[in-house]
Amino acid sequence: MKKGKEKKTAKAKISAIVMNGPIVIWSVLFILIPVGVLVVMSFMTKGPLGIIVYRPTLANYKAILSPVYGNVVRQSVVIAFWTTLLTVLLGYPFAAIMSKMRAKYSGIVMLLLMIPMWVSGLVIIYSFVILFNQSGLINTLLLKIGLIRKPSKMLYTNFSVIVGMFYMFMPFAVLPMYSSIEKLDPALIEASKDLGAGPVRTFFKVTLPLTSPGIFAAVILTFIPCIGYYMVTDMLGGGTSMMAGNLIYRQFTIASNWPFGAALAVILAAVILIMVLIYTRLGGSLDDLG
Amino acid sequence: MYPNNQKKTGKQIAGEVYTALLLIFIYVPVGVMIAFSFNNSRVNMVWSGFTLKYYRQLFQDSELWHIFGITLFIALIATVLAVFIATLGAVGFRKAKFPGKKLIEQSVYFPIVLPEIVLGAALLLMFTTAGFTLGLATIIIGNTTLLLPYVFITVKARLVGMDPAIEEASLDLGADRFYTFMHITLPAIGPGVVSGAFMSFSLALDELIVTSFLTSADITTLPIKVYSMVKKGVTPEINALTTIIFLICMAGVLVYLIRNGMTVRHLKQTQRGA
Repeated sequence: MKKGKEKKTAKAKISAIVMNGPIVIWSVLFILIPVGVLVVMSFMTKGPLGIIVYRPTLANYKAILSPVYGNVVRQSVVIAFWTTLLTVLLGYPFAAIMSKMRAKYSGIVMLLLMIPMWVSGLVIIYSFVILFNQSGLINTLLLKIGLIRKPSKMLYTNFSVIVGMFYMFMPFAVLPMYSSIEKLDPALIEASKDLGAGPVRTFFKVTLPLTSPGIFAAVILTFIPCIGYYMVTDMLGGGTSMMAGNLIYRQFTIASNWPFGAALAVILAAVILIMVLIYTRLGGSLDDLG
Repeated sequence: MYPNNQKKTGKQIAGEVYTALLLIFIYVPVGVMIAFSFNNSRVNMVWSGFTLKYYRQLFQDSELWHIFGITLFIALIATVLAVFIATLGAVGFRKAKFPGKKLIEQSVYFPIVLPEIVLGAALLLMFTTAGFTLGLATIIIGNTTLLLPYVFITVKARLVGMDPAIEEASLDLGADRFYTFMHITLPAIGPGVVSGAFMSFSLALDELIVTSFLTSADITTLPIKVYSMVKKGVTPEINALTTIIFLICMAGVLVYLIRNGMTVRHLKQTQRGA
């Protein structure tokens, strides 16, 4: 009997190693160690020809505070802020309307929303160049109707970048808002109305607080990728606007200043981890961010 | 469209109009992309007549087919690896107790919590410090790492609804762990695994940032190719290519959803992270 039990525990041990071993090894080798290397590199010095010199320094972090990069940070935050605001303000009612539909219809609507993102969003984003150009479709249309006298400049402005970013991330932000609105018990809304609160008061005192985890998840899902996503800025912002993602990418490609690029990435990661920490502390689940 | 309604209220009509407007906004650029793939002019801005020549050119472009093959290969291997590692891990982590488990579990979420550019930069720095040559292997490792949390989450979501007593019963009745996993656990979490795999594959096909950090000069994937073409100015060939990918993707999603019953729950399990 005792022997049998021992055998069982030995077998259990082997099966535990087989199950957990791969994911533990993979996370250590390809997530934890690389992030550690990134942090270490951010304190190193750039040598000639882009070689990393292993001399510890704080210069990279000091450089980030210089006004040149301050502009990039401001630009990133401005664009990410407006994109996120637009996404939540327009996405929330959309999610609310969807939650009132039958499952079959909301499924189709959600599908229609997601498919363009599933496919190369990159080329679809480029369609905005055709739309926003000085001689593009929108300008031509507005001129013909007579709403404007001369073509307005839309392309290569913050406006076109924000529209592109909104297009890219709105579908993903709708999902967590939809889940939290769907979970809301309609009895609570009725109770609020029975107790004499009007629709506006009910919305701000009941609906909004109870669906706030979904809103926060949407904010994270828009804000994070927005700051790091350099393609939209590249295509629709022209050379005029630069975001943190573009700056980091440049340090690793054109500028070959890897330690500085690493420092920028560390700062970006730190800001985002703080946001995620607040989110989980407020009761949000990491699973909802998938 | 709505449950238990007799007559549409003004509010519902407003809701439908709003939904339609947002969907129109989403599909105008898609329509433009498709329309301009048939545009006779090489300069993409003006319409100058209908043609199919860019589709013909696309099918004759052997370099593009080669790139397409590489992209499929990377996406396939990375998906298999991610599904294998994450499925075992998600099942194993329920009962596992070992030091540092919490840290490992949190690190699995890193690739979706952090912007891809951070992961790309971190992996690039590690590989070059360790003296690895960048190439197919590093791209596959990068993609697998990126996909890991998506499979982990979808499988975990299935496990939540599963009664652990069923597995215990199987073990008590004399089945070994492998048999129990194959015949009890796997069928129960199967839909989650399939969703995770499906999502991973479509994610990997479109993955640009991490791949661009970890690639060498001689390996090009479809998204990298498309991006470099886009930067030079989109030609109708790219529109044609994306139109084809768009239609294939739409067909794939439709088949999947029709088989599984079209609900938001399934879509949520297959959603793509930004």
